[in-house]
Amino acid sequence: MSQRQVLQVFEQYQRARAQFVQAVAEFAARPQNIETLQSAGVISLLRPLLLDSVPTVQHTAALALGRLANYNDDLAEAVVKEDILPQLMYSLSEQNRFYKKAAAFVLRAVGKHSPQLAQAIVQCGALEMLVICLEDFDPGVKEAASWALGYIARHNSELSQAVVDSGAVPLLVLCIQEPEIALKRIAASTLSDISKHSPELAQTVVDAGAIAHLAQMILNPDAKLKRQVLSALSQIAKHSVDLAELVVEAEIFPVVLTCLKDSDEYAKKNGATLIREIAKHSPELSQLIVNSGGVAAVIDCIGSCRGTVRLPSIMVLGYVAAHSENLSMAVIISKGIPPLCACLIEEDEDHIKAAAAWALGQIGRHTPEHARAVAVTNVLPTLLAMYMDTHSSEDLQIKTKKALKSILQKCMYLPALEPLLHDAPLNIMKHIIGQFSKVLPHDSQARRLFVTTGGLKKVQEIKAEPGSVLQEYINIINSCYPEEIVRYYSPGYSEILLERVENYQPVL
Amino acid sequence: MAALARLQERLTELWEEYYCRNRSIDEERTIEYKAAVKIQSCFRGYRVRAYLRYLNKMAITIQKWWRGYQGRRYFRNMVETAYFIMKMNFYNEMAVRIQKWWRGYYVRKYVHNYYALKKYLEAVSLNNEIVRNQLQEYAEMMENEEKRKDLERKEKEKKYQARKMHYLLSTEQIPGIYNSPLRKSPDPMELLLRESKPLGHRLQQKKSPFSYDLYDWPTCRRPPTFSTLQPLPPIGKQKPQVTFFIFQQRHKPLEPTLRVATSIDSLEKAREEMKWEEWKNRIHDNEFLPFSSYNKNKKYDPSIIRSSKYGQEAYGTKHFREVQPKKWVVSK
Repeated sequence: MSQRQVLQVFEQYQRARAQFVQAVAEFAARPQNIETLQSAGVISLLRPLLLDSVPTVQHTAALALGRLANYNDDLAEAVVKEDILPQLMYSLSEQNRFYKKAAAFVLRAVGKHSPQLAQAIVQCGALEMLVICLEDFDPGVKEAASWALGYIARHNSELSQAVVDSGAVPLLVLCIQEPEIALKRIAASTLSDISKHSPELAQTVVDAGAIAHLAQMILNPDAKLKRQVLSALSQIAKHSVDLAELVVEAEIFPVVLTCLKDSDEYAKKNGATLIREIAKHSPELSQLIVNSGGVAAVIDCIGSCRGTVRLPSIMVLGYVAAHSENLSMAVIISKGIPPLCACLIEEDEDHIKAAAAWALGQIGRHTPEHARAVAVTNVLPTLLAMYMDTHSSEDLQIKTKKALKSILQKCMYLPALEPLLHDAPLNIMKHIIGQFSKVLPHDSQARRLFVTTGGLKKVQEIKAEPGSVLQEYINIINSCYPEEIVRYYSPGYSEILLERVENYQPVL
Repeated sequence: MAALARLQERLTELWEEYYCRNRSIDEERTIEYKAAVKIQSCFRGYRVRAYLRYLNKMAITIQKWWRGYQGRRYFRNMVETAYFIMKMNFYNEMAVRIQKWWRGYYVRKYVHNYYALKKYLEAVSLNNEIVRNQLQEYAEMMENEEKRKDLERKEKEKKYQARKMHYLLSTEQIPGIYNSPLRKSPDPMELLLRESKPLGHRLQQKKSPFSYDLYDWPTCRRPPTFSTLQPLPPIGKQKPQVTFFIFQQRHKPLEPTLRVATSIDSLEKAREEMKWEEWKNRIHDNEFLPFSSYNKNKKYDPSIIRSSKYGQEAYGTKHFREVQPKKWVVSK
């Protein structure tokens, strides 16, 4: 009888523990309870329950701790300070998969807040434990472990290097090949976080054979997976020409162009980012993109999106056009300029406008043909207005100024230059007048038009310092016309005439 | 003597004359001497001057010839250099012309080939069109897929609802809700109800005492099974309903054992397969017969290539195309 009573007491205690831990886990799921829990000192109470003999209590306690740490970084720091992490890892290799999942969840929740916390995790020796979890059979455990590794590696390159040194990369590449979509997603996102910091890390990821598998997964219909895969490939390709060439050799073109037509906005953005990272390295890679019809797809993508999603596509056009004039001409004939002009006008954010202005400058700066193609769309007054606008950010002003300068120095299309004469500040005016002074001495039709549209009048009104380049240009233009016309249009001519009328003595 | 006297008279006169003559001669002598000297000096002067003139003239002649010679040599050099320069200018101009043609050709053909560039740009725009069309098709396909899935889902939903509400079906006596007597033909929902099978009872889901929603758990499809200390079930437990049990039994899927599932002639089939496999891998069907008695009575089929009207040709056995006995190492 007494034995039964003794056992009953133990049973009660176990039940109480289990109930407590389950209730705490439930409360921790709701954000409004967490302060109350924190003030009740829940962490120190949960700590001994991690080493409980009943596995249910163990992993529910771990789950509760994970949710608490997830909420904000003070709690995460408290978790670290209370020395919970070593206890968490103490017997991990023998535990069941629920415990492993919960432990990985705790590590992820702690590691995501700041690099210091992640460093603390690494110093506890958590990385080996996570790698052990990666080798487990259950896909949920693998997913939790790779998620934790991803959050740790995200902060800076030393932590990434630590993750790589623990031998996680080949296991992650194996995880990518697993059939579960969620596991693939998380593994791809972790590889992306690892390879984004430096070329050596990216090279490590490439050496593990990740590119081929990532490239295969571009065709997968799941949108979130596509996002992560494209992001991983673009982080690998962005560091150097060789890495970009390796990515291209995996035959992503023209498959990646279908991603630009995906219904998910961020899949489009990441696809455009990947193409941008490849295009920016060398003219040959840009040539490859043009040859596979990438420019058309990117232009359609610009037309179909709004906001920051467009930004990488705009930069693709800029990079492709910057390499050589043939590529720039290819962008022009693919009807690339109208979407860029539309971007300039429609968008509100300054950095997108600056990118569009930069791209237009790169397209138009090569030869007069290119400048003409840009000027014909009447985008130069818009650029000038943005440059003069006091509300524009400094970056936008600098970029529009550079774009205007580079286009104007090659622009021979006078009807587009004339509207600019009226508003431009002196430093831009120099280039406009310079172009006029190049064209007017040789073309009589242009001279006539220049006079009739009031350009000559405007030129006379410009006050330039004698001896400056601007004055030289003005002199050249004035010398193209007979003196009477020049005098007629010079300011104050009517006063001079009236004075002559006054001083005239009529001969009776 | 008279002469002498006369002479002696004249003597003083003679002496005076003599003296006078001598004196005059003396006096004239100096003059003459001076005159002579002057004449001589004049003459010598003339002679010397003539000689000097002569020397001068000779020197001038020599210098003239020498200077002419030098000048001509110099002129010759000048002419040669001028000629050389003229030739070099000509060559340079020709070289410039060649270089101009070559550079223009090279640049037009390889660096800035206008026509190739034009073709390339046309090809790019064509390719762009193709790519745009393909992407458009792809997008349309995806959209259609989405729509189809949507439609299917709605259909499924409708069918499920119909199955749940099968009791709203109209009977002989009482028309159902969807089959109003004022309508000409029954509502589509009525038709759906007629076609659908009634839903069976749902199996009771055992709720474990520790089940709860896992909010942040993306991959957990079912709640984890916990090892719980469940109390033993009470002894007087009710048996489940018999009809329900039979219904379950009737609709249980067939799970035959391996012995039942294999067909009767599976062994023969396997053997047959093996035989065909081996036949496929064999080159010819003649068995290997090691004993010579089997091959004793075989008739020899001569080959057609080597037979002729008069018997077999010796080529191939008795002689080959080339035989060089001198080169043989082993001599018979």
